[in-house]
Amino acid sequence: MRIGVVTFPGSLDDGDARRAVSLAGARDVPLWHNDPDLRRVDAVILPGGFSYGDYLRCGAIARFAPVMQSIIAAAGAGMPVLGICNGFQILCEAHLLPGALVRNRHLHFRTRDQALRIESTSTPWTSGFTEGSQVIIPVKNGEGRYVADPAILDDLESAGRVVARYVSGNPNGSQHDIAAIRNEAGNVVGIMPHPEHAVEALTGPSTDGLGFFTSVLAHLSAAGAKS
Amino acid sequence: MARVVVDVMLKPEILDPQGQAVANALPRLGVSGVESVRIGKRIEIEFTGDPDLAQAQEIADRLLANPVIEDFTLRVEDGPR
Repeated sequence: MRIGVVTFPGSLDDGDARRAVSLAGARDVPLWHNDPDLRRVDAVILPGGFSYGDYLRCGAIARFAPVMQSIIAAAGAGMPVLGICNGFQILCEAHLLPGALVRNRHLHFRTRDQALRIESTSTPWTSGFTEGSQVIIPVKNGEGRYVADPAILDDLESAGRVVARYVSGNPNGSQHDIAAIRNEAGNVVGIMPHPEHAVEALTGPSTDGLGFFTSVLAHLSAAGAKS
Repeated sequence: MARVVVDVMLKPEILDPQGQAVANALPRLGVSGVESVRIGKRIEIEFTGDPDLAQAQEIADRLLANPVIEDFTLRVEDGPR
C-alpha cells in the first residue's frame, strides 16, 4: 500500500510522517506541493509545520497549491486523508473539514505529551483503536484552538464526528475539548496532536500514534482484498 | 494611484486573545477606561490600472479572509501615499 506525505515549503514533520508510515508497514511516497501528481497513492497525509510560513492564516496559502487540487478531488472520491496540525489547518481552509483553528486562548505555544480520548473509530485512521480508549500523543501548536459556530459543533457531536478529545487539560482552549474531527463520509480526518511523534519508544512518550498508520493500512488492505 | 484597502476582523463572537493581551497591558501605560481591544489586518492591493473591485472582492472572499472566523470590508482609497 502506498501512502503519500505532502511536503510544502515550510513543512516540518513530513520526514517523521513518512517514517511513521514505513514503521506501520506501508510504502511512504513523497508528494510535492507544486506537483498535482499523487503518484498512485492509496492515502494521503498532510504533515505538520508552517506551510508557506503560515503567512496570512495557517493553511490559507497551502490550500491553493497544485497538489491540493488533486487531494480535494481524491478526498471527494473517498481516498483516506489525514491532516496533522498544520495539515488539519489546511483541511479546514480547503473546506474539507468544517470550522477553523485559531490562536491558542492563552497565546502560548504549547508543547507537551497530551492525553486524548479516542471518540470515534469509524474512520480509516482510527479503526484499530477501541472507542473511549485513552492515548498519549504530543501536541505542539500555537494556533490549535478549534472553533466553529454552535450549529456545526452540535452537528459534529450528534453525528459522532469528534474523533479525539483532550483529557486531563485542554492545551489551547479548543471548543468542546476537540483534538480531532472527521468529515461526513469519515475518510478525511484532521488532528491537532502529532501521532507521527509517538511511534517509537526511543523518541516518543508512547507508541500510541502508530495506531493511526496501522489502522489506515488495515483499512486499505481490507478494501483491496474486497475488490 | 488608486488602491483597494481590505480590512479583515475576527467575527465578534470569536475570542481574540491577542486583543485581550493588549487591553490588559494598557493599565501599565496609565490608560484606563478602555472596554476592549480587538486586532485585525489591513491589506492594501494596488492594481496596475484602475482597481477592479469585483476581483478585489473575490481576493478578499477567497483568500484574505476566512468567512468561518472573519469578516472583511473593502474600499477604494485615492491619492498619493
